[in-house]
Amino acid sequence: MARHRNVRNRNYSDEYDYDDVYGHSVEEDSCMSPSDAEQWMYDRSRDQNAMSNFLDGRNDIQEETEEQTAAAHRSFERRESMDLRGLNLKEDDEAKLMSCLDELRNVFGDTISENILVHSVLKHSFNYDKALDEILNNKTQKDVKEPAVPLNPVIIESVKAPVIVTVDTPKVITTKVEPNKAAVIKGFRIGDESPRSCPQTPRDQSPANRDRTPSRADQVDDNKVYIKVKENKLDPNAQFNIERGSDKTHLYIVVIGHVDAGKSTLMGRLLCELGEVSQRTLHKYEQESKKIGKQSFMYAWVLDETGEERVRGITMDVGKAQFETKTKKVIILDAPGHADFIPNMITGAGQADVALLVVDATRGEFESGFELGGQTREHALLVRSLGVNQLAVTVNKLDTTNWSQERFNDITNKLKVFLKQAGFKDSDVTFVPCSGLTGENLVKPPAEAELLKWYSGPCLLDVIDKFNVPQRPVSRPFRMSINDIFKGTGSGFCVAGRIENGVLNKGDKVLVCPSKEMAEVRSLSINDLVSNVAFAGDQVSVTLSGVEMQNVAVGFILSDPVQQVPVTTRFEARLVVFNVKVPITKGFPVLIHHQSLVETANIVKLKALLNKSTGEVLKKKPRCLGNNSVAVVEIEVSRPICIERYKDVKELGRIMLRVAGVTIAAGLVTDICNI
Amino acid sequence: MKLVFKNIDKDGSGCIALVPEEPEDMWHAYNLIAEGDVVTASTVRKVQTESSTGSSTSNRVRTTLTIRVETIDFDTQACVLRLKGRNIVENQYVKLGAYHTLDLELNRKFTLQKILWDSVALERVEMACDPAASADVAAVVMQEGLAHVCLITPSMTLVRSKIDMNIPRKRKGFVQQHEKGLNKFYEAVMQGILRHIDFSIVKCVILASPGFVKDQFFDYMMQQAIKNDIKLLIENKSKFLLVKASSGFKHSLKEVLQEPAVMAKISDTKAASEVKLLESFYTMLQLEPAKAFYGKRHVEMANEAMAIETLMISDKLFRCQDILKRKEYVGLVDSARENGSDVRIFSSMHVSGEQLDQLTGIAAVLRFPMPELEDSDGDEENDFDSD
Repeated sequence: MARHRNVRNRNYSDEYDYDDVYGHSVEEDSCMSPSDAEQWMYDRSRDQNAMSNFLDGRNDIQEETEEQTAAAHRSFERRESMDLRGLNLKEDDEAKLMSCLDELRNVFGDTISENILVHSVLKHSFNYDKALDEILNNKTQKDVKEPAVPLNPVIIESVKAPVIVTVDTPKVITTKVEPNKAAVIKGFRIGDESPRSCPQTPRDQSPANRDRTPSRADQVDDNKVYIKVKENKLDPNAQFNIERGSDKTHLYIVVIGHVDAGKSTLMGRLLCELGEVSQRTLHKYEQESKKIGKQSFMYAWVLDETGEERVRGITMDVGKAQFETKTKKVIILDAPGHADFIPNMITGAGQADVALLVVDATRGEFESGFELGGQTREHALLVRSLGVNQLAVTVNKLDTTNWSQERFNDITNKLKVFLKQAGFKDSDVTFVPCSGLTGENLVKPPAEAELLKWYSGPCLLDVIDKFNVPQRPVSRPFRMSINDIFKGTGSGFCVAGRIENGVLNKGDKVLVCPSKEMAEVRSLSINDLVSNVAFAGDQVSVTLSGVEMQNVAVGFILSDPVQQVPVTTRFEARLVVFNVKVPITKGFPVLIHHQSLVETANIVKLKALLNKSTGEVLKKKPRCLGNNSVAVVEIEVSRPICIERYKDVKELGRIMLRVAGVTIAAGLVTDICNI
Repeated sequence: MKLVFKNIDKDGSGCIALVPEEPEDMWHAYNLIAEGDVVTASTVRKVQTESSTGSSTSNRVRTTLTIRVETIDFDTQACVLRLKGRNIVENQYVKLGAYHTLDLELNRKFTLQKILWDSVALERVEMACDPAASADVAAVVMQEGLAHVCLITPSMTLVRSKIDMNIPRKRKGFVQQHEKGLNKFYEAVMQGILRHIDFSIVKCVILASPGFVKDQFFDYMMQQAIKNDIKLLIENKSKFLLVKASSGFKHSLKEVLQEPAVMAKISDTKAASEVKLLESFYTMLQLEPAKAFYGKRHVEMANEAMAIETLMISDKLFRCQDILKRKEYVGLVDSARENGSDVRIFSSMHVSGEQLDQLTGIAAVLRFPMPELEDSDGDEENDFDSD
C-alpha cells in the first residue's frame, strides 16, 4: 500500500511540475546574457538624455497628425495627450508653442524636423524671431556640410524638385535607414504604454546605426532617433512621389471575356506588335503550334505557357505580361474565359485597375457568349463587383464579318444596355473594333479599307493609354493579399500578390494574417525587377523569412504589425443577389471569394431585405432572397479569414459568393463580428 | 445491425438488444441512445484488488456492466461511440454508482433500455437492421490544390482525407514549379485513395472536379499504377467514374450526387435521394414561395392545416438533450404521418443534412399554398440561430 502511495505521490508531483512549466513561458527559463538584458531594461542612470528623448518622440508623433489619415486619427489623439503631459506645458504656453510652430512651418515647410522647431521655440521661451534665427543659423551650417554626403540615387532622381529637397535630411535617410524601421515601429508601441522606453530600442543604440548615418553625426543623439521615426511614418506620399514621380504610371489591366473570344491571342499579338516577344520565340511557337495542328493559337502561346493549356488551347490560369505605352507601364492579366476557371479569373480581376472585355464578333459566337450562361455577362458583372469601373470593349474577330459596321453597332448597342445595368458609366466604356489574329487596329490605326470607311476612333493601344490610373492609397496602413507562393531562386520563399494599401520597404517586418506570424521582408521585386520599395497598387513578389512556407496559404494577408488587419469568422455584408436558380435561404452553403481566397461559408442569418435603389429596409428577417434582391446578411466562414470593412479598405471589403460554379451574389462587408 | 430481441411493453417502455456489425451501425446507435437510457454491454474494466497484506494489484477484467447514460460521445472519423454513466447493477468488480465509460464494440451485443420507445426510435432500429441498404461509394472531389477523399455510406458521408496543398501558379519562366507542384498534389491524392478506399467494399469511385483536373489526375494515377505495378488500381479501373463538380470543397458533393451518371449507380443510397428532396424544396421556394416553409413554427402551423406533402427533418433534432423537445418533434412526425405526408429523416452526416441543419433542421413542401404563413413573422426562429 505504502509503495503505491509513493507511486501516486510521484505522479502528482510530476504533474505539478508540468503545470508549472505550462504556465510559464519557455523563454523565461532560458537564460539571457546581462548585456542582452540591459538593452531591454530601462536604466535611469545610463542615459542622461532619456527625458528629452521621450519628449522628441512625442513631438514627432504630433507632427504626423497633419499627414495622418482619418483611420489613424484615434491613436494619434491618444498620443497627443501624452505629448502634452510629456512637455508639461500649461494651456496658454501650449497655445503659444503651437502658433510659433505654425509660423516656423510657414517659413521652413517640412524641411526642418519638428523637434528642432520645438526645441528652439522652448529654448527662446516662445520668442518666434529668436527661434527662427537660431534655426536658420543651424541650417546654413548643415548646408555647408551637406556636399560631404555621398550622393544617393534617390537624390538624383528628384532633380526636378527644388534644391531644398535635396538638402532635406529625412530624405537622405530614406534609403539608408530602412532596415531599422521595424525596430522603430516597435519602439512606438512600447512608447504608447511606457513612454520612457520609447527611443531606446536596442537597434537605435547600436553602433551600426551610427555608421549608416555619418552625415548626422553632428546631430544630437535623440534627434536622430526622432527623425528616423518620423521618416518612416511621414513619408509614404513623398516617398511615392520620389520613387514614382518621374516614372511612367503603372496600370493593371485584366482581360476578360467568353471562352474562345480570343483574349490570349489578342494580347499575344499586341505584345508581338510592340516587340515584347522576340522573333525567335515567336518562330518557335509558330513551328510548334503547327506541329500539333493549332496554328491559330500561336499568339496565344505567348501567354499560355503550361503544356496543358497549349494542348487544350484554352487559358486555365491568369497569364501575366507587360508592355509600355506613351504614358504608362501596362501590366496585362490574361484571365481564363472558361466557366470552370472563374475562380482564377476572380483572382486576376481582383488585382486589376481596369478591364478589357473581349467579345467575339463572329455570327453566333457573340450571341452564345452573351446569352444566359455565357461568360461575357458573368465576367462583366464580376469585374464591376470587384471594383473595376473603367472598361474597354474590343469587338474582336471583326474580320470574319468583313468589317461590317452594322455588326459592330449591333454588338455595341446590345452591350451598352447591359453594361449600363451592370453599373458601368457610359463615359467609362470604350468600344474598339479589331482583329487579334490579323493584328488590325491594335497598335497602329487601321489599314483595312473596309474598316476605314466607318471607323476613325483610336486603336486599342491608344485606348489603353487613355485609361485613368486610380489613386493609390499609399498612406494607409500596409496590406497585401497573397495569391501565389513559390520557391524563389535564393533562400527563403516568395509570396506574390498585390499591395492593396500602404508602402512596403525591404527589411520591413510584416504580420502574416490570419495566422498572425511575424515575417521579415528579405527582398522584393516588382514585375521581376528587384526594388527596395513598393507601393499600393503594385504587384510584387516578396521573399519572406521568419515563417514556414507550409504555414502560408493563398489568400493570406500581409499586414502592418501595428495596425493589423481584422481576423474573423463571422461578418455582416450587404449582398446584391444575381440571377439565381434557387433562392438563398438561411444556412445556404456558399464559396466565398475574397481577393485570392476561396473558402466555404454559410449564410447564417438573413437580416433584412433592402430596397434596391433607396436602401431602405423592406422586410426584416426575410425567409429567402430571390433574384436581383439586395439584402443584409450575416456570413460565417469555416476558417478565420482576414477581412476589412468596405469603408475602411475597399479592396478587402468586397466578397463574391459562388455556388455550384455560378456566381450568385456580390457583397460589401459592412461589419465585422469579433470572435 | 442485428436485432437479437425486442421486448417492448404497451406503454412503450422496454428493451432491445442489438449487435452492431459495421462502423455505420455505431452511427445508428448514436442516434438511438439518449441521455437517461440504460445500456448493458460487455466491457473491459481495470479492477484493483487489495490483498490482506496491503499490497494491491490491478488487472483488467472483462465484465458486463449496466449503466445509466449521462454523456454520449461519438467520434465520426473512427466511428466510435462512448457512453459515460453510473453503474446501476452491482457486480463483483464494480460497485453500485461507480462511473464507467462504455465503448460500444463491433460484433458484441448491447442491450438498450428506454422508458419510452417512440416511433422515430423504432424506425431507426428497423432501418439499422435492414441489410439491403448498404452500398458504399467513394468520392474524391478536387480542384487544383485541394481534394477531399470521402466515403458515402447510406447514412453517412465521411471525409477520410483532406489534401490541401499550395501549388505555385504559372509565371513567366517558372512553369516547371507549377507542374511539379501539380504532380506532387496528384501523388498525395492517389496515396489518399489507396490508403482510405477499400475497393472490395465500394461500388464505385467518383472523381469529381472542375475543368480538367479529374482527367489529368486519372491519367496520372493510371500511369503511376502501370509504372509501379499497383494491381489494386489497374484491376479496379472500371470502378472509377469521372464527373464534373464546381469545386474541391466538400459541399460540392451535392452537385456530384445529382449528376445523372452518378444517380444511376447509387440510386439506392439515402444520400442521393436526400439531395434530390432538398433541391425540390429549394425550387419550390423559388417558384411558389407559399408552398415551401422552414422553421419549426411555420412547419407546425402547416401541419395543423394538414398541408404538408413532404416533411424533411434532420436527425440532429432527435438527438437533442431536452426530452420534451424530442417529444415535440416525434409528435410532429407522427401527426404528419397520420395526415398522409411523406416524412424523411435526413442524416446530419450527409452534405444535404448539414445544409438542412443550418436551415433550422426542419422544412416542408406543402400540398397547397399557404400565403398567410408567409406574412406571420418567424420571430421564434431565433431558437435555432445558435446551433
